[in-house]
Amino acid sequence: MRDLSRELARNLPRPPAWWTPLHTTAAIVIIVLILGILPVFKMGLVVNGVFLGGIIALGAIGLSLVFGILKFANVAHGDYMITGAYVAFFFIDSFLPLLGIESQGLGPFTFGYPLLIALPFGAMAGALAAMALDSLIYRRLRQRGASAAVLAMTSLGLAIAIRGLVQIIWGTQVLHYPRESRQVFHLPLDVRIPPDNIFIAVVAILLVISVYLLLTKTKMGKAMRATADNPDLALVTGINTQRVIWATWAIGGGLAAIAGVLLAVSQAQLLPIMGWKFLIPLFAAVILGGIGNPYGALAGAFIIGVVSEVSTQWINPSYKPAVAFAIMIVMLLFRPRGLFGGSGSG
Amino acid sequence: MALLEATEIVAGYGETDILHGVSISVDEGEIVTIIGPNGCGKSTLMKTLAGLVRVRSGRISFKGEDISGAPPERVVGKGLCYVPQSANIFASLSIRENLEMGAFLRRDDYRDRINAMFELFPDLALAPGRKAHTLSGGQRQMLAIARALMLDPSLLLLDEPSAGLSPAMFGLVFERIVGINATGVAMLLVEHNAKEALQMSSRGYVLVSGENRLEDTGPELLNNPEISRLYLGGR
Repeated sequence: MRDLSRELARNLPRPPAWWTPLHTTAAIVIIVLILGILPVFKMGLVVNGVFLGGIIALGAIGLSLVFGILKFANVAHGDYMITGAYVAFFFIDSFLPLLGIESQGLGPFTFGYPLLIALPFGAMAGALAAMALDSLIYRRLRQRGASAAVLAMTSLGLAIAIRGLVQIIWGTQVLHYPRESRQVFHLPLDVRIPPDNIFIAVVAILLVISVYLLLTKTKMGKAMRATADNPDLALVTGINTQRVIWATWAIGGGLAAIAGVLLAVSQAQLLPIMGWKFLIPLFAAVILGGIGNPYGALAGAFIIGVVSEVSTQWINPSYKPAVAFAIMIVMLLFRPRGLFGGSGSG
Repeated sequence: MALLEATEIVAGYGETDILHGVSISVDEGEIVTIIGPNGCGKSTLMKTLAGLVRVRSGRISFKGEDISGAPPERVVGKGLCYVPQSANIFASLSIRENLEMGAFLRRDDYRDRINAMFELFPDLALAPGRKAHTLSGGQRQMLAIARALMLDPSLLLLDEPSAGLSPAMFGLVFERIVGINATGVAMLLVEHNAKEALQMSSRGYVLVSGENRLEDTGPELLNNPEISRLYLGGR
């Protein structure tokens, strides 16, 4: 199998030198458009997939950053998502009404404007939870020299514990954010877009740009990249790596929490198991993009989003995770360093 | 009073001690070279001084202050900067970003310092936005040294600065080391090209099996027939 994959990799045509990931993205978009117009598949599914990709991206970028700096797969990432979603629910359902802020419609969106207030609090809860768990648990394990496997198993334990806690507080039944509107935008090619998806896209784009600026323009962002690149050198350069780790958790946890709120908005429901189920597309996106490479994770997220949505044209939608899983396995077999090769820490 | 004074250092990894009571000192403005066979603990000593490896017993004092057991970022903050032998740059960051990271602890405006580094190492100034992993071996070494100089240290620890360089290149690196030293930065050097290193050093130490074997001035070590036979490639 190994030889076969190597053989295949060697015989694939090499792209010219000027070819960048941007060209790959453009090529994929054009191919998808042509196939959608033909129509090999429904364009509406592609569009839905792009929106789903935006949510996956927010989780996957954080997951990839955490992996790059802490060098372990954080299995609890999906549960950081639902932490944010449930805290936002608490604000919308209990806390804001206490202050006299009742849910009211907000333009064409299904949710009322209290969600806009609750969203930053959800993000803060996710960030603080991730930082606190690092201080309480991961930091101690690191000081004892725990291996990546031990850290990953710890995160598995935490995933179950967080979900259990959510179930104790909010119960196991399905919850909903208030639904104030049921509009749909109609576009050509029989594309129907729920207005919420526009909101999701705007939030995702703003956050992705913010993360990019943070990583490339701020001192802390550069220190994060430096630490991911070479942890020992970061230490002797004087970089306070514990602060870098906290910043990483804050960003990862915050993005995950927002992804959780957006997921609950787009699926119009809130369930404790939702975050755990979302892990497969998250990891598939991270692996597709090259583990530890946040930009790759972004591209991987959109590919996973679109492919798993479009697959529902031919197979039962409940197999969506299986599609993401299949992509993940194929990638690990043939391109374990991700679509874009060795960039990042991979 | 010596700038750096390490006495009876015991340190190592896991269950094993690598250093069994090493003592060295570096005075202000000096170049001191450590030579010794492979595996004698030279690199471990450097890492211990930089705070990366824990001191199990003994004392390290720098500028009269006890820094044994201090975390690396505190050691760096005191003006003791370390250039590891390998992986001594942030490969995925640009040249400029590497230097900015070198200045991580500085609260002031360090742009002048970056420009000073570009003057010292003109190669780095050609394309400051270039990713460090695209640099040649010599350029990497220069970037690594420039990164460590960003904090204006009083002592620079250089672990094998000539490793993997062409003879022409290491001549250039050594020239820079002497030049930097002339501005008042003391140097502690671990070096395989022992002869060249000792020639520019005021003193040298010979380390064997994690213990001090010999300590003398640079020229005396060069003239010592035993040292010459063992570590300087004979004659």
